[in-house]
Amino acid sequence: MDTVSSAARPQAPATGAPGLRLLATLLAVAALGAVPFVAPTMQLLVNLALAKGLAVMGVTVLLRAGQVSFGHALYFAVAAYGGAFLMAAMPGADLLLLLVAGVAGATLAGLLVGLFVVRYRGIFFGMLNLAFSMIFWSILEKFYHITGGADGIRLPRPTVLGMELGRGDFELVLFYLSIALMLGLGWFTIRWFASPMGQLFQTIKTNETRLEYLGVSPRRALLSGYLLSALLCGAGGVIMGVAQGVVTPEYAWWIRSGEMVFIAVLGGSGSVQGAFIGALIYEFVRTYASAFAGDVWQMLLGGFLLVIILFAPRGVIGIVEAIGRRTARSEDTR
Amino acid sequence: MSAPLLETRNLEIRFGGVIAANDVSLTIESGRNLAIIGPNGAGKTTFLNICTGWLKPTRGQVLFEGKDITPLPPRKIVRRGVARAFQIPQLFTEHTALENLLIAVAAREGLRNPVRDLHTIPERAEMMHLLEMVNCADVADRTVVELSEGQRKLVDIAVALALRPRLLLMDEPTSGVASSQKHRIMEILVEALAQAQVTSVFVEHDMGIVEKYADEVAVWNAGNVQLRGTPAEVLEHPDVIRDVIGEVA
Ligand SMILES: Nc1ncnc2c1ncn2[C@@H]1O[C@H](COP(=O)(O)OP(=O)(O)O)[C@@H](O)[C@H]1O
Ligand SMILES: [Mg+2]
Repeated sequence: MDTVSSAARPQAPATGAPGLRLLATLLAVAALGAVPFVAPTMQLLVNLALAKGLAVMGVTVLLRAGQVSFGHALYFAVAAYGGAFLMAAMPGADLLLLLVAGVAGATLAGLLVGLFVVRYRGIFFGMLNLAFSMIFWSILEKFYHITGGADGIRLPRPTVLGMELGRGDFELVLFYLSIALMLGLGWFTIRWFASPMGQLFQTIKTNETRLEYLGVSPRRALLSGYLLSALLCGAGGVIMGVAQGVVTPEYAWWIRSGEMVFIAVLGGSGSVQGAFIGALIYEFVRTYASAFAGDVWQMLLGGFLLVIILFAPRGVIGIVEAIGRRTARSEDTR
Repeated sequence: MSAPLLETRNLEIRFGGVIAANDVSLTIESGRNLAIIGPNGAGKTTFLNICTGWLKPTRGQVLFEGKDITPLPPRKIVRRGVARAFQIPQLFTEHTALENLLIAVAAREGLRNPVRDLHTIPERAEMMHLLEMVNCADVADRTVVELSEGQRKLVDIAVALALRPRLLLMDEPTSGVASSQKHRIMEILVEALAQAQVTSVFVEHDMGIVEKYADEVAVWNAGNVQLRGTPAEVLEHPDVIRDVIGEVA
């Protein structure tokens, strides 16, 4: 109902809404940026949530084409292990180099796997991604001479622009780098969605026949978004690995992949902002509810997701936007 | 002597026991609008499916401008200059009418800029003009699901036109369009096609439209071309009156 009326409105977004959205975004970013000073005990938690948010954004991209991957932890892990191997080969390597290398590795892996999986849709697409991630997980487990097996490998603290920072300073740098990545990659992804290439990619969801009859290969269109999704998961993986200082096969585990899909739906299917809001909610509920009582967090999050799917299928971001619209409207009439 | 725009040689395809194309050989000359008429199930849509590479014939060839395109997938045939509008419109249902055209133009031009908003491309005005042409400018910002069936058919044609083809294949373009609008739309369409030097092939059940806007008519029956000629010749033919016009009326 709401989608019809909002779409019928010809190109006239409610006045004040874009400004309001910008203001809300700025406030949210400022609040996040203040965490290390206002609530330093939460800094690591928020940083891990941001890392997950980056990866969830990758899953979100695919949702825009109507596809769900249950194996995107693969790219998260490829990037994290790539970073760890790089640190082993080049002790004292730079954080930015680590980031670039990890993201490039994840994107390359995305190309190799993508060329194959873009032939499939729906459940087959989802399960094939899962299969690839499981193969990678077992490689990480079995080849422990190289990968350290189930214990994983250490990812020692990299340098930052040639400087060796102490732990506190480094964590601060990593925290703000994560925020910068959220803003930069989030901006890019939102713009890409609206771009010709991103629009062609999203038509996969509604009509591949027409896409083919526009002279475009649907597989190639899907691959473009698939590469972006792998890249985003890779960025999240590097941040996570560096923040934790160790990477384990658990990074590639299917539960991780499922978690990303869970958070994407929780935050708002297909929404970039929702990916981060979802990740923050998820991490907070998980951490604080499990401190409260074991296993209660799964029940809380499960119940929460149930409510979202039943009553707010556009996720938390949908609720936030609805409140924003109402506020804007009441200001208009004032 | 230049090759015909499109030529098919001995096309054959079967679905189980049904022969949907039975030795179809047909030439389409540039600049001559061809209407295809014939009863339901005669194989008209199948013919368009084969010409655009969607279905592969078990025998025979399709040549576009003298080159064999039979093995090519639809997208490659489209890029050579053949566009298609469908019997059941094929549109991006969650996008607006205008966006459907903008996406088409993005495909045509191979636009690659990853951060430029599709709505800001210079071809937007050209696409609005196309929507005006098919009488849909007022619904440019409606999503496809909100359009009437007739409007969807017209937007589907506009999408095909947005590709600037040399050959446009239309499957029952005016079905679902209000009869008061049919002639007006065809008038504008045929005029625009002539101006852009686009040749069209259209499947049509309305003999009034066929008579007025086709340069030639091919009559389909049981998977083959039963008869071909000018509208005057064909529509007077006793077989056609019996098999086609009789049934449709
Ligand atoms: N993809 C298909 N699979 C099976 N049968 C088909 C297929 N396409 C068409 N047919 C059959 O071929 C015949 C011709 O169909 P079609 O080309 O759609 O006819 P028309 O467009 O002239 O009404 C019909 O009997 C139809 O049922
Ligand atoms: Mg048909």
